[in-house]
Amino acid sequence: MGDFLVGPFSDNEFLRQSLMAGILVACICAIAGTFVVLRGLAFVGDALAHGVVPGVATATLLGVSGVIGAAVGALVMMTGVGLVSRRYRMSSDTSIGLLFVGMLALGVIINSRSHSFSGDITTILFGEVLGVSRADLWWQLGALMAVGAIAWVCRRPFLLLSVDEGLTQTSGFSVRRYHNMMLGMVALTVVASFQTVGTLLVIGMLIAPAATGALFASRVSTVMLTAAGVGIVASYSGLLLSYHADLAAGASIVLVAVLIFALCAVVVEVQRWRSHRKDIHHDHEQPHIHAQVHL
Amino acid sequence: MSANMVASSLAVGYGHRPIVSDIDFVLEPGALMVLIGTNGSGKSTLLKTLAGLLTPQSGSVHVLGEAPGVQPARVAYLPQHPVSSHTLPLRVRDIVAMGRFAHRGLLRRVTPQDASIVTDVMKRTGADAFSTRPLRDLSGGQQQRTHLAQVLAREAEVLLLDEPTAGLDISGREAVADLISQERSRGVTVVMATHELGDAESADIVMLLAQRVVAQGTPAQALSDAALRECFGFTQPH
Repeated sequence: MGDFLVGPFSDNEFLRQSLMAGILVACICAIAGTFVVLRGLAFVGDALAHGVVPGVATATLLGVSGVIGAAVGALVMMTGVGLVSRRYRMSSDTSIGLLFVGMLALGVIINSRSHSFSGDITTILFGEVLGVSRADLWWQLGALMAVGAIAWVCRRPFLLLSVDEGLTQTSGFSVRRYHNMMLGMVALTVVASFQTVGTLLVIGMLIAPAATGALFASRVSTVMLTAAGVGIVASYSGLLLSYHADLAAGASIVLVAVLIFALCAVVVEVQRWRSHRKDIHHDHEQPHIHAQVHL
Repeated sequence: MSANMVASSLAVGYGHRPIVSDIDFVLEPGALMVLIGTNGSGKSTLLKTLAGLLTPQSGSVHVLGEAPGVQPARVAYLPQHPVSSHTLPLRVRDIVAMGRFAHRGLLRRVTPQDASIVTDVMKRTGADAFSTRPLRDLSGGQQQRTHLAQVLAREAEVLLLDEPTAGLDISGREAVADLISQERSRGVTVVMATHELGDAESADIVMLLAQRVVAQGTPAQALSDAALRECFGFTQPH
């Protein structure tokens, strides 16, 4: 049993590095994902993830680092999202939807100029967690520290934004500035994570663990810690599953994260149903108390 | 004693479209002005302008001697329907504590005095009865109490309340009236929007709105049968 659970990691250096990358991505996504879930930015996060595709494709074509291309792509997408969010003639989800489909199409077209089209686009969309280098790990560690610092410094305006934009503004914090800071934090998370789980699947790591934390926790710090735990378990289980069943590693990690959420959601629903039934039963047994409360 | 709020020939609205024009008032410390009107009459637009969320279309308005929105620690605003997401995993006490953020800014540490103020307003609003519960698990009335406690936690000199009694039962409404009375007794100026004519009884100024100022004055002056008929299409029972 020990060999089954630990053997793959103790025997393979590349798998240990992959696990380390998964843990780092889980922690980065836990921090940024918590605010994505609280503020309801899942669609914007998805758009940012797709927005990096043309950047990475261009970088691949030019032979420069994909991270630089992803950062440029995320910057362009952030600017685009910021611009369409301020327009009132069309709902922002329509504008952002068009923007991200356009960026994805542009990325595929740029990538089609590459000699190994299908290989490159698969790597961009679904990641290459088994090919993570030591340099990638250092870059992800730096990104984790930066995302953590942004979240800590901006925790008050980020919390206020989660409740109400008007409340944020009247508390002395600029809605536009801190909304952009939050988008920047999400963009940095996408750039740091796409090599591990891919641009298509990174949104799963952003949302599923944080949404799981939000099911149980009633404090932001607890949501983040739970999200990090779920992300780490998903990374480990996904890699193990991938190794033993010969499945795609990035997709396995994200699938496990989504399954954990689904399982927890069912548990919470059953708990609520049982608690509701208990209340009804209690009311039937003690109708006089019920009547007194409403007098 | 200098006025806490002064508006002169003020026009409020969205974009370049004015909704209510020719608004004039002077509010001293401790005064209560009640805005009454139907949906879309301009009550919330005027409150948002006083809170600094909308730019005045024309005319002038000063809150505590300055343009609206530049003194966040001294002015508190309760929006009409604070967005209390069904998924928001925040405890009631944490939501109320956000009322102190305007005083602490981005990085200044929360003090024991902040904690004491939060505890006190939670007792006064009754929110202490569910202080550790997540906001998402509360009824509409309990959520409204929580948001009201947050506004009071700012210890502001001006309160801008958009329908603070919405979702509250009779005892809840009476509790809000008591809270407003307590705030006024310590010199806080209150502007409140409401649908309830009963909320206007203790006001110094009542402004009846229907995309224009229909009537303004003491409750007896502003709530005349003719003004109410013009504003709502009915008169109040005598």
